[in-house]
Amino acid sequence: MPANVAAACTGERRDGPQVARLLNSRWLGYLALKGAATVTLVYILTPLVFVTWLAFFRQEIPSFPPEGYSLRWFQAIPGNDRFVSGFLLSLQLAVIATSIGLCLGLPAALCLARFRFRGREALASLLLLPIVVPGIVLGIALYVFHVEAEIATGLPILGSLGGLIVGHVLIVIPWTVRLVTASLAGLDRSIEEAAQSLGADRFTTFRRVTLPAIRPGVVAASLFGFVSSFGNLEMSLFLVGPGRTTLPIAIIQYLEWKIDPTIAAVSVLQILLIGAAMLITDRFVRISRVV
Amino acid sequence: MARLEIDRISKRYGEVHAIREVTLDVADGEFVVLLGPSGCGKTTTLRVVAGFAEPTAGVVRLGARDVTQLPPWKRNAGLVFQSYALFPHLTVAQNVAFGLEMRKVDALERARRVVDALRLVRLEHLAERLPRQLSGGQQQRVALARALVFRPDVLLLDEPLSNLDAKLRQEVRVEIRELQKKLGLTTMMVTHDQEEALTMADRLVVMNDGAVRQVGTQQDLYERPTDRFVAGFVGRSTFIEGEVEQPRRFRSAGGLILACNSQAIGPATLALRPERLLLDTTAHAGMDNNLPGVVEFVSYLGAAVDMHVRISPKERVVVQIPNRAGSHLPSVGAQVYVAWPAANAIVFPGAGN
Repeated sequence: MPANVAAACTGERRDGPQVARLLNSRWLGYLALKGAATVTLVYILTPLVFVTWLAFFRQEIPSFPPEGYSLRWFQAIPGNDRFVSGFLLSLQLAVIATSIGLCLGLPAALCLARFRFRGREALASLLLLPIVVPGIVLGIALYVFHVEAEIATGLPILGSLGGLIVGHVLIVIPWTVRLVTASLAGLDRSIEEAAQSLGADRFTTFRRVTLPAIRPGVVAASLFGFVSSFGNLEMSLFLVGPGRTTLPIAIIQYLEWKIDPTIAAVSVLQILLIGAAMLITDRFVRISRVV
Repeated sequence: MARLEIDRISKRYGEVHAIREVTLDVADGEFVVLLGPSGCGKTTTLRVVAGFAEPTAGVVRLGARDVTQLPPWKRNAGLVFQSYALFPHLTVAQNVAFGLEMRKVDALERARRVVDALRLVRLEHLAERLPRQLSGGQQQRVALARALVFRPDVLLLDEPLSNLDAKLRQEVRVEIRELQKKLGLTTMMVTHDQEEALTMADRLVVMNDGAVRQVGTQQDLYERPTDRFVAGFVGRSTFIEGEVEQPRRFRSAGGLILACNSQAIGPATLALRPERLLLDTTAHAGMDNNLPGVVEFVSYLGAAVDMHVRISPKERVVVQIPNRAGSHLPSVGAQVYVAWPAANAIVFPGAGN
């Protein structure tokens, strides 16, 4: 590293023009960018690293330094009914909600991207609202709605699986709409016209040309929808019924009584699951290109 | 292939007339080029023929069929786009096969015709590549093969060469033209590049402001432009405003008296082709027009040199002289004579714009 950089870093003043030149230099900006990126990355990764580390501690009450390492907390998970059933419910919920969300979000994104109509901007914002509104607010709103709906119709809506699914669809939709709209915006419309000139009607054009072209956006939308549904806690708290617990809720409930590293182990499994999903997805589509 | 008839087609977007009463006949096997500046309506005309824009009025006929109300997928028109519009997720062969698949051609026949089409554009060795692995010129040829493989009634080319670099463009022009002749394709091409239009077309259609200004061969447009716009757009012209004050006598706004071939008295514009003027250091004997002037600007083009010569306080003409070996080129400030026979000036009646 040149001497003048060291001087600038330590705050030692050298002659003015040299400092000015340094401030103008491109690699100072480059250094600043690298620095900011590093800080952000550390900020994001630190908790994950600690949780992972903690999951392997042998002692029951987490404390530093660890007394030793073991896999006992991981081994305990399959024996815990609440975690297993919570995981299965969350998985089921995320898959169903993502599928429905995609079926609703894809046509909505097509309309938003293709047609100019009154209230289009408003509709676009409205469809993004579920991820902007705090989960607690969303949960309370849905809870009250379910109560009222149950009173009005006499159907068992409150705490039902259907109610939970509807809520999760709501938080999947913004992802599908947003990401599919983004892919459609980058799509060369003339390939659709080319297909039509070659003899494909509208539906065939969509199936054979449009859909494959926006596939990265659709895959990314499914992934993000899945993850946001799978990890949702706040809203789900208001919608689960007796004996129906999602994994995040099972974790919270466990934490109310114990703080042993089981929770860390469960979290590690969750991180691995989501990480694997992202890696696999990234093999098919470059997520960074869509999001 | 079939004959294409466009009969008084208009297209209005709200209050804006994109095209107005465009009428055009493309004979079986003919290559017609629509030429005009951007926004002149040439692309709208092509899109109406392809079926992507519905005309507000008028009829499009393809062969014996009235296709005006048909959607694009029922028109049987081969289309090549400016961006080529290849399907990015399909291989070259799959791209070319698409039109055949839509027509339910059986797999064996399909494979055979795809190979034929690719051989036609000399790309059979790249059949398994994806479009993004091809150069611009190769993509363009795939687009052409894809548009031809299903034997369309008409081939429509929408600025097909504008994304190629200058050198390649010249080669592809010839290539497309030869292919078109060999297969006897009824073709309509849209371009804003007059050189491209002149080299490829059997007939040209000059458009401006949504209307057809003139239809004709290269010679027709160049030698006998019907209006000032065509004279300025096809080839180059210097315009001199003034009036025909008596038969064969034109008085310019700058007070020059010029011989011309017009009999109609009244305000008029004189159009002079730069290469149809003579430039010399001495006066030409026996020339209808012989004007002293001063060279004000010289632009050296290699094969030729443009001389901008002031012939009156209000008028300046461009004279193009061939750059022959050893010829003496007047420099800026030189006293010269500009001469031309009356027949070389085209007169458009009416005041200039």
